[in-house]
Amino acid sequence: MEWEPVIGLEVHVQLRTQSKLFSDAATKYGADPNTQACDVDVALPGVLPVMNVEAARMAVKLGLAIDAAINQRSVFARKNYFYPDLPKGYQISQYELPIVEHGHIDIEIDGDTKRIGVTRAHLEEDAGKSLHEDFHGMTGIDLNRSGTPLIEVVSEPDLRSPQEAVAYLKKLHALVRYLDISDGNMQEGSFRCDANISIRPKGQKEFGTRAELKNINSFRFVERGIIHEIERQIDVLESGGTVVQETRLYDSAKDETRSMRGKEEAHDYRYFPDPDLPPMTIEDAVVEEIRQTLPELPDAKKARFISDYGLSAYDAGVLTASRELADYYEQTVAESGADAKLVANWVAVELAAYLNKHAVELADSPVNATMLGGLVKRIADNTISGKIAKEVFEAMWNGEGDADAVIEKQGLQQITDSSAIEAIVDEVLTNNPAQVEQFRGGQQKLMGFFVGQVMKATQGKANPQQVNQILKAKLG
Amino acid sequence: MSLSRQDVEKIAELARLKLTDDEIADYTQTLSRILSLVEQMNAADTNDVEPMAHPQDTRLRFRDDAATAPDRRDALQAIAPKTEAGLYLVPKVVE
Repeated sequence: MEWEPVIGLEVHVQLRTQSKLFSDAATKYGADPNTQACDVDVALPGVLPVMNVEAARMAVKLGLAIDAAINQRSVFARKNYFYPDLPKGYQISQYELPIVEHGHIDIEIDGDTKRIGVTRAHLEEDAGKSLHEDFHGMTGIDLNRSGTPLIEVVSEPDLRSPQEAVAYLKKLHALVRYLDISDGNMQEGSFRCDANISIRPKGQKEFGTRAELKNINSFRFVERGIIHEIERQIDVLESGGTVVQETRLYDSAKDETRSMRGKEEAHDYRYFPDPDLPPMTIEDAVVEEIRQTLPELPDAKKARFISDYGLSAYDAGVLTASRELADYYEQTVAESGADAKLVANWVAVELAAYLNKHAVELADSPVNATMLGGLVKRIADNTISGKIAKEVFEAMWNGEGDADAVIEKQGLQQITDSSAIEAIVDEVLTNNPAQVEQFRGGQQKLMGFFVGQVMKATQGKANPQQVNQILKAKLG
Repeated sequence: MSLSRQDVEKIAELARLKLTDDEIADYTQTLSRILSLVEQMNAADTNDVEPMAHPQDTRLRFRDDAATAPDRRDALQAIAPKTEAGLYLVPKVVE
């Protein structure tokens, strides 16, 4: 039987505020345990939460970016459960009336655009951290993260494959980075994903029973985890069993999912409106004011790259995947004054390969946009060939100065003087009479041999187009 | 509407309350009486009434996003039963 997966994602995005959602303690990552947990965060009796205006504004930004409704009135609710890293005994979240509802994110799958619904996005506070390494048989609690603002983005069950899930996740990640509302750091837990997964016979309308996959914290693990969960459910159903509604963990070390038994026992969060917090009102005027501050978003930027720079949809997609890369590209184009497509190749292929190989972030690249622009300029004005440019790039990467300095120091200027090239061509032809004979006898493919000899004699510096022309003229 | 003994046991467990048999019997009755009161209110037609999220007619106040809280770890941990390496220690939580 052919099975169809049905996937919905819940993503927790940590907002990039200075202070907590309801207290004025700092949110900096990596501080000494409990030095950023104030009276409100540790839930001393008598404290009251006071809402951070910036967190609300960031939620509105996200809502606008996904074309969602911003609820003028939203309500904070208490989600009740007991766990030591939640000292209040409840998490302040939003339940019936979230700040953002009914949005969508468009993803690209095999060149086609697919619209994924976003059911809602609500503000909530994070819990603290439990450290389970052994403290004389006890658990350590760090409440620095307690109260950190999150926005939870819940998709419709519109995703139909692990690839779509990853594409959606990447798009959402790019969005929060473009909007600058989160650092999106997955290792540090600023962008965490839970996946609801079920399968059904292709063509059936009703959904199957779903399992929830928790805490998958890299794009790769999201894909692996979902693939495994789909395979597991198919195995269960095809061997006559039934899928149980449960929470499962993806174990990246074993590359499998497994049940989190025991944690299930009837979660009953007994939500109710938090009496400490009256409903939150966001005036339309404020929403409009925030709309004016939105940056150019990935889809719009991509469209502009296609129309203004004449890039393919693919290249434009690669270059607008992050705001930093897009800015780098545009700056390189401006610096080089060269063909935008040539620059796109250098940024998306050569630079990307170096960053990847050396595991360096774009921001830390030893070759900045000005330097790369300077290099491409020299390809465009025929000072060097594309092949030599790769050597220059490597030298720049290794800190040997900008393109002009490297070209000058290593004497890499392209030879474009026709008489000089002609002299070398003559020499090559004189030294290889047998090959000349064969070529004239019809072995056209020997052209490559002659070009290679000329390049060898000039250490690759002869202008390839001129070499070809002159060879053809001499041999013809 | 009246609660069963099992309902009360579940509610007690969710609230982490340990009740004696007598208390369970007692709460089964008294909690059921509260629900009866709620049932009377349910009889009122509220179709045109917007659900109330807060008893006071007031709106949420915002504060500016500034991290101004001082580090009070020492003072807060002075009243904790057990701490180590800056952490609060609690009975082992089994994952």
